[in-house]
Amino acid sequence: MNWLSWIFSGLVATLALSTLLATSYGLGLTRMNIPYLLGTFVTPNRERARLYGFIAHVFNGWAFSILYVFIFQATHRANWRFGLLLGLAHGLFALTVGMSLLPSLHPRMASERNGPVAQRQLEPPGFMALNYGYQTPLSVFLSHAVFGAILGSLYRLA
Amino acid sequence: MVPDHEILRRMVCTSGEMEIETEFVPRANYGEKIPQIRESGKLGLRIDGGRGVYWLRSSIPMRVVEGSAFARTSLCAGQSLLFSFSYARESPTVLPPLEQIPQRIDLCVDWWRQWAGQARYDGDFRDEVLRSALTLKLLSFTPSGAIIAAPTTSLPEHIGGSLNWDYRYCWLRDASLTVRALLELGYWEEATHFLDWMLHATHLTQPELRVLYTVFGNPAPREWESKTLRGYRGSAPVRIGNAARNQLQLDVYGEVVDAAAQYAFRGGTLDRETQKALIGFGNYVVNHWQLPDQGIWEPRIKPRHHTHSRLLCWTALDRLILLCDQGKLTGAPVNEYKRHCEAIRREIADRGWNERMQTYVSELDGDQLDSSLLLLSWYGFEKAGSSRMRSTYRAIRNQLGTQDGLLYRYPAQPQEGTFAICSFWEAEYLALGGGTMEETDRLMRTLLDRRNDLGLYGEEIEAGTGHALGNFPQAFTHVGLIGAALSLSQRQRGEQQLAHRPESATA
Repeated sequence: MNWLSWIFSGLVATLALSTLLATSYGLGLTRMNIPYLLGTFVTPNRERARLYGFIAHVFNGWAFSILYVFIFQATHRANWRFGLLLGLAHGLFALTVGMSLLPSLHPRMASERNGPVAQRQLEPPGFMALNYGYQTPLSVFLSHAVFGAILGSLYRLA
Repeated sequence: MVPDHEILRRMVCTSGEMEIETEFVPRANYGEKIPQIRESGKLGLRIDGGRGVYWLRSSIPMRVVEGSAFARTSLCAGQSLLFSFSYARESPTVLPPLEQIPQRIDLCVDWWRQWAGQARYDGDFRDEVLRSALTLKLLSFTPSGAIIAAPTTSLPEHIGGSLNWDYRYCWLRDASLTVRALLELGYWEEATHFLDWMLHATHLTQPELRVLYTVFGNPAPREWESKTLRGYRGSAPVRIGNAARNQLQLDVYGEVVDAAAQYAFRGGTLDRETQKALIGFGNYVVNHWQLPDQGIWEPRIKPRHHTHSRLLCWTALDRLILLCDQGKLTGAPVNEYKRHCEAIRREIADRGWNERMQTYVSELDGDQLDSSLLLLSWYGFEKAGSSRMRSTYRAIRNQLGTQDGLLYRYPAQPQEGTFAICSFWEAEYLALGGGTMEETDRLMRTLLDRRNDLGLYGEEIEAGTGHALGNFPQAFTHVGLIGAALSLSQRQRGEQQLAHRPESATA
């Protein structure tokens, strides 16, 4: 495995992912604020949650990119098309499995079944995060596809 | 954790038993669109609208039927119903549990009590002054400091008529009187935020000023008429946006400069950027004061030479000169300001005065009266007790006054209600020395009888019935109430009313 190449390509892809998601939010494609969503795992304070969440998202994306790299290495294929396909699969997984598990994993997230309680007051994402805007899946797919494509094109196989 | 925006309601049955019927009928785009309400289990009802999401949650289940939700229940003594309606543009939205509502309402009430407790006013009509201050605070947009004229559109000035306007914007005209009211009551933070907003909002067009802005500091939207709304008691059209946004109203320069001057005269510091903006306004006045404009009442007719607009142009230059004299403003062309200030003064004294009628008049060389002429004393142009002002006041009362003590703003066709702030200007004129303290007190009590049960005023009061007309509640009217009470109180204490015009305001 080419560690240096992973560090570089993982960082660039993650920054692109964060930028795209923030742009989608700013343009009104989605209401989902990923840094806020992640930051509230550790703090209820809105401003601090955004900061912590941003840092967590960058490290998360960076760490997650190693899975892509393992697949690149295992298949001996690393190009933008393959990366894009992996990104779409990643996006689909995040939207379906990830979002459905979120109310169980997030310490401050409420559920439709139990409603909000003192410790759990955040709106759950619902199927494919549609609660956060009906174009949310589009922005998630797009940003993950770009994430994968960048990784695929920048990573150099060992 | 708290939602971005939330309205809480608690309904308590205090005795006996009550049948409660609840209807939730949200409509978007001024009634043109029926939004879809989705049921989200125990989270409540959600509506996706525009870029945000609305949530309605209640302590009783609600039945959703075609874009509306209903509930029916009965309450016994001691039981209560809880409702929360929230809006957010960021997800995940915060949905606090309903059980926290009583505690959160108490927190909110405590905050308002504490805010009201900061008021530095012990004069007559204290409760009414506080109610008006609270109204102003509620009409302010905290993130920017802007204060809107009223939270409604198209409540009619004449029932069944077409005098229906959108007031959900911030008029620079209200600046001077509003800042004076806030500062005198001790609300420095609100006054400072309002001034900051004003200078920030006008930044893009300086030295030119628009008449009105949104709370975000953008130009007010283009005016259009709703095709679906019938209007209050059939008073059509319902207008959205305000066409006054394109008018030339020269008085706003005086209002803005005077607001900043009052802030500075009371100890506030004008930073370099503010000074630059003020000088820009002064230079604009120097170059444009001779133009006809739409004036304070913004009629949709050809521009005219309004005495009130000239008065405020004079005020702008007068305050800038005073600020320079006191070293609070540097770099202004003072000699030029003095020359034009004197020219405007002469023009008002010569052409704004009708010798035959023995009164100041609404337009230069004209013969119509206008209640805004009572402000000649407020701005320090003429002493309230001078023979000209006394004679002008008599003429205004005779021609524009009603038997029940109210005032029309001008002779209007079609007929509209009496204009509430004009009556408070009258009270303030009396307090400034145009009348006795007893006369002021009597008029104030007459006007206070016209409030509704919550102590609120609309823009106008229907003569005879006393019904509120126009948009409601109206910031300008409440500013007028505070101003009149402040001036009366200052006179009772033997204080100077307008600190920036020591030689000319009082009788």
